[in-house]
Amino acid sequence: MNTSKDKLMDLAEAIERFVKPGSHLSIGGFTINRNPMAAVYEIIRQKIIGLHLYAHSNGQGVDELVGAGCVDKLEIAYAGSGRFAPTCIRFRKAVENGDIVVEDYSNYQMTLRFLAGAMGVPFLPTRSGLGTSIIDNWGFPSELRQTDPKIPNKKLVVQDNPFLAWGEATRLVLVPAINPDVTILHVQKADRQGTVRIEGLTFADVEQAKAAQHLIITCEELVGSDHLRSAPDQNQIPFFCVDAVVTVSYGAYPTACYRHYDYDPIYLNQYREAAKDDARYQNYLDTFVYGVVNHTMLMERIGRGRCDKITADPRTGYAVDLDRR
Amino acid sequence: MPAYTLREMMAIAAARQIQDGDIVFCGTGISMLAAMAAKHISAPSSVIFFETGAIDSLLEEVPMAVADPRVMYWTSVNGSLADAFAFMQNRHTGRRVVGIMGAAQIDRFGNLNSTVIGDYRNPRVRFSGSGGACDVASFVGRTIIFMQHEKRKFVKDLDYLTSPGWLQGAKQREKAGLARGGPATVITNMAVMGFDPSTREMVLEAVFPGVSPKKVLEHMQFEVDISQAREFSPPSDEELSILRDKCDPQRLILS
Repeated sequence: MNTSKDKLMDLAEAIERFVKPGSHLSIGGFTINRNPMAAVYEIIRQKIIGLHLYAHSNGQGVDELVGAGCVDKLEIAYAGSGRFAPTCIRFRKAVENGDIVVEDYSNYQMTLRFLAGAMGVPFLPTRSGLGTSIIDNWGFPSELRQTDPKIPNKKLVVQDNPFLAWGEATRLVLVPAINPDVTILHVQKADRQGTVRIEGLTFADVEQAKAAQHLIITCEELVGSDHLRSAPDQNQIPFFCVDAVVTVSYGAYPTACYRHYDYDPIYLNQYREAAKDDARYQNYLDTFVYGVVNHTMLMERIGRGRCDKITADPRTGYAVDLDRR
Repeated sequence: MPAYTLREMMAIAAARQIQDGDIVFCGTGISMLAAMAAKHISAPSSVIFFETGAIDSLLEEVPMAVADPRVMYWTSVNGSLADAFAFMQNRHTGRRVVGIMGAAQIDRFGNLNSTVIGDYRNPRVRFSGSGGACDVASFVGRTIIFMQHEKRKFVKDLDYLTSPGWLQGAKQREKAGLARGGPATVITNMAVMGFDPSTREMVLEAVFPGVSPKKVLEHMQFEVDISQAREFSPPSDEELSILRDKCDPQRLILS
C-alpha cells in the first residue's frame, strides 16, 4: 500500500530496496511472454540468493533465476519455455541435482492461490487435482512447513463439500493463499504514480500484483496520468498497490511484449544450448548478465538489427514472418 | 515411401476427433496444429482457446507457446488464466470443452505423468510439471492425448500421476470427486487407442498403415484388447494440403 505520487526510480534501486536475500518473490508473465527479464537479470547481478520463488508457468524468468543460483525454494506449476525448451534446462538440472526444493501445483491452483492472497482469504477451493499425485506427494520437508511462518502448514487439503451436493461437487481441494513479499511485473504502460495498463493477455499478473506486500512495475513506456485516466477501463492495477515504477525499454527481452516486440528466437536458442552445459552456462552468465551493467547495455550488445527483426507489427502485435526456427 | 509423415497423420487423426461446435483447449505443438486443421476441414464452428486466456484466436501463424503473442491476435477476448480455467469447469461451458494434451508416461486408464521419473523428492528425470494439464484433465468433457508409442512411456505404473484419466477404472473419477470428463482417445505414432466404456481400460481402435496390432503391443508394458482394431484411413490430399499450407507453412511443428 503506497499512495505517494511519484514512485519512479531506476531498476537497481528498486531491486535493492525491495528484493532481499530469502525474499518470497513472484514474477509475472508466462513462458516466453512478458517475463520481467530486466529485473530478473538485475537480481542476478546483485547476487541476491536464497529466494523463495512462486510461479505458475514462468519459463525463461524462472530458469534464469534458478540457473544463476538465486533460488532455494520453488512453488510452481510448469517450468517450460514453449518449443524452445519444453522443460527448462537449468530448472531440470537443479531439481535433479537436489539444488532446489520444489512444490508442484497446477496452473489453476497457483492462480487461485494468488487470488486467495489478493482476496485476503486463507484458501480457495477447486476440483482440480483430485485423485492425483499433486495431492499425495509433497515436496517441502514437513519440518520446513512447521517452522517457517511464511509457509502454510500444509501443501493443500482435500475436504468434502460442506454444501453437500450443491455446485455438483462432492469433494474439493483447498489450496492455500500466497502473499509474496514482492511481485515484479513487466507491463506496456504505467504512470509515475503506478497506475498500470497491460495490453494483451494478463495471465495471472493482476492476482500476483494484488497479493504482494510490495510491487515493482517495470514498463515499456512511461506515460502521463492523463493518458491512462482518459481510458481507465483499460487499466488493471490501481497505483496504491505499486511501490516502484521503472522505465525499461525491452524490459521483457528476450521474452515477448505484445504490441512492442516478439520473443527473440536467436537468444532463446543460444540460451538453450548454453544451458545444457555448466561451463557454457557460466560463460553465458559472464557475457550476457554479469558482463553488462544494465539492460540498456545488454540491448546494445544484442544490436539494432536484431531488435528490428523482432519489432511487433502494428496490425498483429507480433513480428510477422519472423524466422523462429 | 508414403506421401505423408507420421506427425502429419497424428495431427490429422486428432483433427478428425474434433466435432463442429467443440471448444478446443490446446497445448503447444502438434495439438495446436490438430485444432487449426479441424477448424479448416470439418469443424468450422469449433473454438480454439488457450489456458492463458486467449479465446478464439485466429492463428495466422503457428504459436511456439500458449503465451505466444500469436495467440492474442484477433481473439474474441484476451482474458486471464482465471477466466480460461473457469470456462473449462463451469456447468454451461465445461462439458463442451475438449482438451488436447501430451505426457511423458501414460497408464492403461489414461492417467498421465508430466512431472518426474523416479522418486518425486529425488527424481531421476524432471519434466516441466502439470501446467494446466491437471486442470484440463480434471475439468473438461473429454480429452485427446498425444503419445509416442514406446515401452517406457506406456507403463504399468506411473512414477507420478499428474493428470487424472480414468484413475483406477470404472466409476473411479466420480468416486474421487471429478464430476465429468475423462480421456476419449490416445493418438500415437503407431495407432489410435480408445477406452472401453464399462471397464475404462485402454483398447486398440485402429493401427496406422503398415503397423500390426502385435507390433503395437510390443511397444507397451501392458496388454490391451486388440480384437476390434481396424486400419486407420490415411490422410487425404485435402487434409494434407490444409495442414501443410494453411496451418504450418514454416514447418515449425511438422518438421
